[in-house]
Amino acid sequence: MTTRTAASTSPNDTPIVSMDMITKTFPGVKALDQVKLDLYPGQVTALVGENGAGKSTTVKILTGIYVPDGGTIRINGDAIAFASPNEAAAAGITAIHQETVLFDELSVAENIYIGHAPRTRFGLIDKAAMHRAATKLLDDIGAPFSAHTPLRDLGIANKHLVAIARALSVDARVVIMDEPTAALSHKEIEELYALVETLKSQGKAILFISHKFDEIFRIADRYTVFRDGAFVGDGKIADISEGDLVKMMVGRSVDQIFPTRSHDVGEEVLKIVGYDHPTEFADINFTLNRGEILGFYGLVGAGRSEFMQALFGITKPAKGVCRINGDIKVIRSPADAVGNGIVYVPEDRGKQGAIIGLPIFQNITLPSLGKTSRNGFLKLAEEFKLAREYSQRLDLRAASLDQDVGNLSGGNQQKVVIAKWLATLPQVIILDEPTKGIDIGSKAAVHEFMAELAAQGLSVIMVSSEIPEVIGMSDRVIVMRDGRIAAELAGDDLTPETLVRHAAGISTPTKGAAA
Amino acid sequence: MTRFIPLREAILAGAIFALLMMIATRFAGFVAPSNLANVFNDTAPLIILALGQMVVILTRCIDLSVAANLALTGMAVAMINVAMPGLPIPVILAIAITLGAIMGAINGILVWKLAIPPIVVTLGTMTIFRGIIFLISDGKWVNAHEMSPAFTGFARTVLLGLPVLSWIAILTVVIFGIMMARTPFGRSIFAVGGNPHAAVYTGINVGKTQFWAFVVSGALAGLTGYLWVARYAVAYVDIAGGFELEVVAACVIGGISIAGGIGSVGGAVLGALFLGVVKNALPVVNISPFWQLAISGSAILIAVAFNARSGRTKGRIILKSAETAQ
Repeated sequence: MTTRTAASTSPNDTPIVSMDMITKTFPGVKALDQVKLDLYPGQVTALVGENGAGKSTTVKILTGIYVPDGGTIRINGDAIAFASPNEAAAAGITAIHQETVLFDELSVAENIYIGHAPRTRFGLIDKAAMHRAATKLLDDIGAPFSAHTPLRDLGIANKHLVAIARALSVDARVVIMDEPTAALSHKEIEELYALVETLKSQGKAILFISHKFDEIFRIADRYTVFRDGAFVGDGKIADISEGDLVKMMVGRSVDQIFPTRSHDVGEEVLKIVGYDHPTEFADINFTLNRGEILGFYGLVGAGRSEFMQALFGITKPAKGVCRINGDIKVIRSPADAVGNGIVYVPEDRGKQGAIIGLPIFQNITLPSLGKTSRNGFLKLAEEFKLAREYSQRLDLRAASLDQDVGNLSGGNQQKVVIAKWLATLPQVIILDEPTKGIDIGSKAAVHEFMAELAAQGLSVIMVSSEIPEVIGMSDRVIVMRDGRIAAELAGDDLTPETLVRHAAGISTPTKGAAA
Repeated sequence: MTRFIPLREAILAGAIFALLMMIATRFAGFVAPSNLANVFNDTAPLIILALGQMVVILTRCIDLSVAANLALTGMAVAMINVAMPGLPIPVILAIAITLGAIMGAINGILVWKLAIPPIVVTLGTMTIFRGIIFLISDGKWVNAHEMSPAFTGFARTVLLGLPVLSWIAILTVVIFGIMMARTPFGRSIFAVGGNPHAAVYTGINVGKTQFWAFVVSGALAGLTGYLWVARYAVAYVDIAGGFELEVVAACVIGGISIAGGIGSVGGAVLGALFLGVVKNALPVVNISPFWQLAISGSAILIAVAFNARSGRTKGRIILKSAETAQ
């Protein structure tokens, strides 16, 4: 690994921003312990670390939301302390968040210039100047919409463009991108990469946070690794292998190895015939067998989640037949679905999250209250018994089941949520993007767990956009495109190329032409 | 909810006790058991209504129509009593509860099926209910001499040292304590308010739960309507005017989170008792009743500020060692 020499005179070797010995303590917890992070002009630095490594805290310190307890931040060599987000913005540091923080009811131009709009002589907002400047910014980044468009009419990818335009409008020198591709489709990600190149050529320093290694190795020039709130190492991407970076990140060697599963797929459990929805999906037919993991792959917006919600009774399909164990079942509500042994763990973490304010055991028994009550009254003893059984099965770490679920760590909260579903003794479990946004170590645990569930005779539907996961975990894969089933793949047909081809609607195998 | 003495309730109980001690230094008679029983009886309607309001607020809604519901039901049963003096009290009670529940159901349907924000719905029905009282009564009062002795006497009948009104409040507290802690309905109330999205995926119908919360609140308002009219032996358009705000205040002081999902029966009762003590004590210790508003208002702000502090997140646990150590 090459080391930088402090005496180097090349402009690209002198960081714009240099964080050193930064420490941040929350009551009882050290979130960051003497970490360092350097950002160089015209280069992309990837900040790598598992969930909880302290990446978000670092971003919040850089953008002035948190004040560090110790350490120094230097900008072009001058020590600086941000007392507020405004000061960080004034220093040219801007962040584009995972969920863009913009205003739906304002126009694109207003969003770009909110807080620093050009003024007329009388102190009023100079709308004409603002629209002119916004139009120029949008042209520079190749945005396919006008400055007058109301923000609510734009998709997530285009909202990102607005956020980037906003970053450019304040003449940012440092752009922080926190998992910018998490919600984007393949084509949109390519456009984002192109934009990152543009920003680099303009000499901006970019801090790029991502869990996706292909992304990091594709666009980053440098890396910095944090683990458990501490600095592990940094250097140039060209000097490190993917495997070594993973090792630094987790402190142990983790291969993307999926659990081996003895194939004991049983009889048909679920049969869907002719599910149609007026606007979201059409002509969905498939079967699911006992102990099978059925993958649903597709680009974002292919209608996978929309179909799953209809299957679960949240939205109603216009027509279609659902057979469970051969019998026709009408599912009009989530309660019907749960009653028929179908449970759904949705994609959105906030939505699938535990119910804060209820203690652990009440969270676990919530969908099973029928089982734990007699004559309409809940039996606490029965509730504790059920909760204890499933929390032990999932190795839930908590002082007491009576404890408020809000006091648990994120990982343990997730266990509570899964325990809740298993306690209903489901036949079919739908997991929507089960490993989205979680670190590699936790991913392996989730995969292990899915394999275990299938081995116990549970049928799993896994909606996933990650190709290795889809291929590694599924017995069969259904590829959706534009609300329809584009292909059903298994065995030798199940390759990254065939998945991408069917999902993108390319008839001949052309590698990397998904756009 | 399952802890024996939650901290928040203990602090509020302590505040009420301290308040009583302060009053006792200036007027010892206030803390005599018989007077405390009077204060409790006086606060009984507030306690009953606060319990209904608690259920509604827990589901992330609010019911501003409770006082108007109370007044309309009170007027209706008073007029029924005038028309049919022989109607037995249990029938009157059943009518009052049913009428109130119907009005609550109207609120609930509008919130559930039309998805109108609860504050708008109940602000509307509040005005409508008051208007209906005027229509059915022609703006006239129903006075004590027009009501049957059984009708007015029921709430004041003393059983085991306490008036029936007090006993009904106690019974309501017991029923709600059991309902919130030990029934699937009570549990779903907390779930809907705590995380409505997660509740949907759990198979709980959020709108329907909110509907039933309004029905419960309405039924209690109806019950209180009869008790109120019977106790004061008069019914007119404006009875309990503005009382809905006192009910909401009792809940907020009692630590029911206006954002839903957090609160307890004990908190609602203590919040109501706090307001009841303040209201009854001020005239006794020669403080102008105008101070009562200021004190209630301050109590609300202190309670909300206190709850916001205690509810503040403690920061995420990030270090692995800290997580295993806890």
